[in-house]
Amino acid sequence: MFKRSDFPILKQKIKGRTLVYFDNSATAQKPSVVIKMVEEYYRQYNSNVHRSLNPLAEVVTKRYEEARDEVAEFINSQREEIIFTRGATEGINLVARTWGENNLKSGDIVVLSILEHHANIVPWLQLKEKLGIKISYIPLQEDGSLNMTAAKKLLSKKRVKLLAISQASNVLGILNPLKKLISWARQKNIVTLVDAAQSIAHVPVDVRDLNCDFLVFSGHKIWGPTGVGVLYGRRNILENMPPFLGGGDMIGAVYQDSFTINELPYKFEAGTPNIAGVIGLASAIRYIKKAGWKNIVVQEKKLSDYFMKKVGGLKFVKILGTAPAKFPVFAMVIDNIHPHDAADILGTEGIIMRAGNHCTQPLHDYLKVSATLRASLSFYNTTAEIDFFVKKLQELKKAFK
Amino acid sequence: MDIYAQNIMDHYKNPRNKGHLKNADLSQQEINTTCGDDISVSLKLNGDKIKAIKFDGQGCAISQAAISILTESLIGKSIKSVLKLEFQDIEDIMGIPISERRYKCAMLGIWAIQKALRTISKNI
Ligand SMILES: Cc1ncc(COP(=O)(O)O)c(C=O)c1O
Repeated sequence: MFKRSDFPILKQKIKGRTLVYFDNSATAQKPSVVIKMVEEYYRQYNSNVHRSLNPLAEVVTKRYEEARDEVAEFINSQREEIIFTRGATEGINLVARTWGENNLKSGDIVVLSILEHHANIVPWLQLKEKLGIKISYIPLQEDGSLNMTAAKKLLSKKRVKLLAISQASNVLGILNPLKKLISWARQKNIVTLVDAAQSIAHVPVDVRDLNCDFLVFSGHKIWGPTGVGVLYGRRNILENMPPFLGGGDMIGAVYQDSFTINELPYKFEAGTPNIAGVIGLASAIRYIKKAGWKNIVVQEKKLSDYFMKKVGGLKFVKILGTAPAKFPVFAMVIDNIHPHDAADILGTEGIIMRAGNHCTQPLHDYLKVSATLRASLSFYNTTAEIDFFVKKLQELKKAFK
Repeated sequence: MDIYAQNIMDHYKNPRNKGHLKNADLSQQEINTTCGDDISVSLKLNGDKIKAIKFDGQGCAISQAAISILTESLIGKSIKSVLKLEFQDIEDIMGIPISERRYKCAMLGIWAIQKALRTISKNI
C-alpha cells in the first residue's frame, strides 16, 4: 500500500495549505525511497559502470544491471531488450534514426494518431523531410476515443510500415485499445511502437501481452528521477538495427579504421549513462510493486469518477475526452477564462496545474481549442483536493464574470 | 497574477480601443503559439510620434489588458521611446507585478507594436 506521506514534497505548504499537485502527467513526485537511493549512490558508491576493476565500480555495475532486471520484469521483457535512454523522447528518436532510416523509403506510410505528443510526431516529420515518407493520423470519435473503423482502414493501406501510437494521451487520459490495433498491424507485418509515457503511470504494462515491437517510457512520470527512460525493443529487431550513438560501452573493439559493435543491450547505450537515474528508476519500480497496482488503480478510478462528477458538473467547465476508460487526467475549457490565467491564479493558491497545448498542438487544432487547463492526478491525490479545486474555480469564475 | 488586480480585470472586461483604425499607417499581428493568444494592432502616426492605436485579438487577461492599457498610455510617445520599452517598463505601465511565467503574455502587445514600428524605422 502507499501513503501520501511517502512523498516529502507534498507536505509543503502554500498559503497555509498543503500543496495540491495536479500536474502529474508533466512529471510525478518522488517518494523518499527514490530520493534516498539516489543520494546513497552519490554518497557511498559513485563510480562509473562497466569500466573499472575496483570495488566501487563492481557495486555500481551490479546495481545498474539489477535495475535492468527490475525494469525487464516490470514490463515483462528480457533484460537484453531493455535499453536505458534519457526518456521517452530519446527512445522514439532512437527508433526513428536507426530502424526508421534503415527500413523506410519514400512513399512508405507511418500511421500515428491525432492525439500524439510532439515527441511521437516530430521524429517522424523529420523522416518525412529526410526520406519522403508519408504520415497518416488515426482520428477520434466525439468522446475522445480512437476511431477504430478509420484506424482499420488506414492500417490496411498498402505501404504502411509502422504504427507508432500512445497507449494513453497526456491530454485526454483515455486508454487506447492497443492490443486490437497491434494485432491488426501484425497481420500486415506493420512494425509497432507504443508510447507508454502516460499509460505506464496508471496501469501495468506488459510488452508480451501487447505484442508490440517497441515501447518507450520515461522514469520521471512513474515517480522516478528525471533524465532516465526506457526503450524496449523486440530482440530480433534490435539485433538487426544499426547502433544509434557511437562511443564507450556500445563498442566491442575499436581500431584506427573500424570498430565492432557490442552485444545487446549495450549496443544502444553509448557513453556514461545516467547511473543515479537508472538506480533511482529501479527504486521507483520497487515502490510501485509495494504500493500495488491494484491499490493504485482503485484509488485512481475513485479520483477519476469524483472529478468527473464534481468538475464535470460545473456548467462553465467543459472536460475534453469523456470515454469510460479514463485515467484521472482532465483537459478543461472554462467559459471566459483563459487557461493561462486560471493556471497562474490557481497556482498562487497552491494548486499546481498546467495550461497550454501540452505538447499536443495537432490534437488541440483538431479539437479546435487553442489551449486547455489540465489537471492530472495521481494516487496520492485526494477527493478533498478536488473539492478545494472546485471551490477555487468557482471563485475564479466570479472574479471573471 | 492576482485575482484582485482591479485595473487588469477592468481592461480585460472592457478593453479600450478595440478594433481596427481606418487609414492606419501601420498594422501588425503577433501570435503566441504556445497558448494561441493573438493580437493585431493598427497604428496612426504623427511625424515621429504615435497618434492612435487600436487592437484586435483574443487571449488571456494579461495579454489583453496589457495591450488595452498600451493603446492609451503610448499616445503622444515618440517612436524611438516606444521601441525602447522592455518588460520592466510594461510592468510599470500595468501597475502590478507580473511573474516570469507571464512574461510572454505581458509582452505580446508591445512586441506587435514594436514590430510594426520597426518596419518604418530601421535606422532609429
Ligand atoms: C504521451 C507522451 N509521450 C511522450 C512524452 C515525452 O516524455 P519525455 O519528455 O519524458 O521524454 C510525454 C511527456 O510529456 C508524453 O506525455
